[in-house]
Amino acid sequence: MKTEMQLTIDRIKCDGHGLCAELLPERIRVDDWGYPIIAPGPIPEHLAQHAQRAVAACPTLALALARIARSK
Amino acid sequence: MSGLRVLAGPELTSGAESFADHTQRLGTPQSTGRALVETLVRSGLTGRGGASFPVGLKWRSVIAAKGSPVVIANGAEGEPQSHKDRLLMTTRPHLVLDGAFIAARTVHARQVVLYIGEEHKAGWSAMARALDERPEGERRIARIVGAPHRYVAGDSSAAVHLIDGGVATPTTTPPSTHERGLDGAPTLVQNVETLAHIALIARYGDAWYGSAGRRGAAGTVLITMAGGVNHPGVLEVEAGTTVEEAVAMAGGVTEPTSAVLIGGYFGAWVQAAKAWELPLDIASLQARGLSLGCGVVGLLPAARCGVCDTSRIMGYLATESSAQCGPCFFGLRALSDACSRIAERGANRDDLARLKKWAIEVPGRGACKHPDGAVMFLRSALSTFADEFAVHPAHWRQQPA
Ligand SMILES: Cc1cc2nc3c(=O)[nH]c(=O)nc-3n(C[C@H](O)[C@H](O)[C@H](O)COP(=O)(O)O)c2cc1C
Ligand code: SF4
Ligand code: SF4
Repeated sequence: MKTEMQLTIDRIKCDGHGLCAELLPERIRVDDWGYPIIAPGPIPEHLAQHAQRAVAACPTLALALARIARSK
Repeated sequence: MSGLRVLAGPELTSGAESFADHTQRLGTPQSTGRALVETLVRSGLTGRGGASFPVGLKWRSVIAAKGSPVVIANGAEGEPQSHKDRLLMTTRPHLVLDGAFIAARTVHARQVVLYIGEEHKAGWSAMARALDERPEGERRIARIVGAPHRYVAGDSSAAVHLIDGGVATPTTTPPSTHERGLDGAPTLVQNVETLAHIALIARYGDAWYGSAGRRGAAGTVLITMAGGVNHPGVLEVEAGTTVEEAVAMAGGVTEPTSAVLIGGYFGAWVQAAKAWELPLDIASLQARGLSLGCGVVGLLPAARCGVCDTSRIMGYLATESSAQCGPCFFGLRALSDACSRIAERGANRDDLARLKKWAIEVPGRGACKHPDGAVMFLRSALSTFADEFAVHPAHWRQQPA
């Protein structure tokens, strides 16, 4: 089965340091209060490592990378 | 006034129907188990707590989940303008209890929690008395837990959090409560009106359920008529009844109406001219990008200001954020502040632009659906009152609802 990677954020854990947006600016930007906005859609293969690094760097363990079955 | 189905029976003004009267009038429900789940699926019954989720499908997934399930009857009714749940608990407590215990038998639950808004005193005591009248086998597995008087306390994950841990704040989903709820057990949370309909469907079946309803819709719905109608309050109407028909049943309008708020504070403003013909039915409303929500239909008299009312409600919803998630806490506060600047100091382009930007950015970024509901409401105001937002004078008409 084909799978794809998606970033998820536990919004209660996230405290808006914005570290993830610095490490993965291609997919994450911050809103006017410093909280991340994730671009819709799966993480392309070539960004997988960067995404993993952002997940590892998140100080509150709010950011996660989930492998999910491809919708179509 | 009496209603068609869940509010049928003795005069509502005479208080709670006793267990003896209830059983004599309606008999004992027969159907439980697999057959009932399929009956519920066929009936098309959807939840009446606001999210309109199909009941039969939720029961199926609770049955399929691992662990010994729990049933929560949600009588928090945090929506300020809604009165249907407290009326139902006050007058027909045994219908709600029937539904809760039928649910428990069907999903093999070992526990039933009646989660009742602490401020709904009459509903609470009617439910407590009714529970005392039930057979020992039911009493033994059931208890009442108070829902704090906060808007988000009625969210299903907040209910579980309160019952488990004493704090009525929502928790992160997934997992949903029907996957992992109380003590990690699959937990069926069902609104008290939903349970009352289930109690009747378990007696009379899905074909009977569908025999009420207009314009292709099935069943009946409880709605609360609020604002500029002569007889505000709860009505039981056939699904598919139009707003205009419901207004007539509520004694007509008190004065000319400019807009109608459909679905309460997580609902949407609709211009009056477009609202009258809307059928009060989940599918028809959803097809128009609207929702029945908790069933509040609020009429805005033309003499009131839609911008000021919107600003007041946004202020309330911002205050009711549980302040756990940044985008909800800061986002709703900022949206509310921008609204009240327009209301108090008059229209300005910067705030209008901010409202439009944040209304796109904020939803979908909270642990629960509170920001989504609030922003859906705000967006409807921005389009229904587009002209008023653009030229709003600095009048700040802060009349109470
Ligand atoms: C912020 C918020 C507040 C809610 N308040 C209530 C409430 O007061 N009563 C209620 O029945 N459902 C409320 N809900 C919906 C519940 O989470 C849940 O969907 C519902 O109780 C399930 O029952 P139903 O499917 O029978 O509607 C609320 C949801 C949210 C996001
Ligand atoms: S790094 Fe973690 S805590 Fe910081 S903004 Fe990103 S998700 Fe939130
Ligand atoms: S989205 Fe808002 S109301 Fe819901 S849990 Fe987060 S802060 Fe609380």
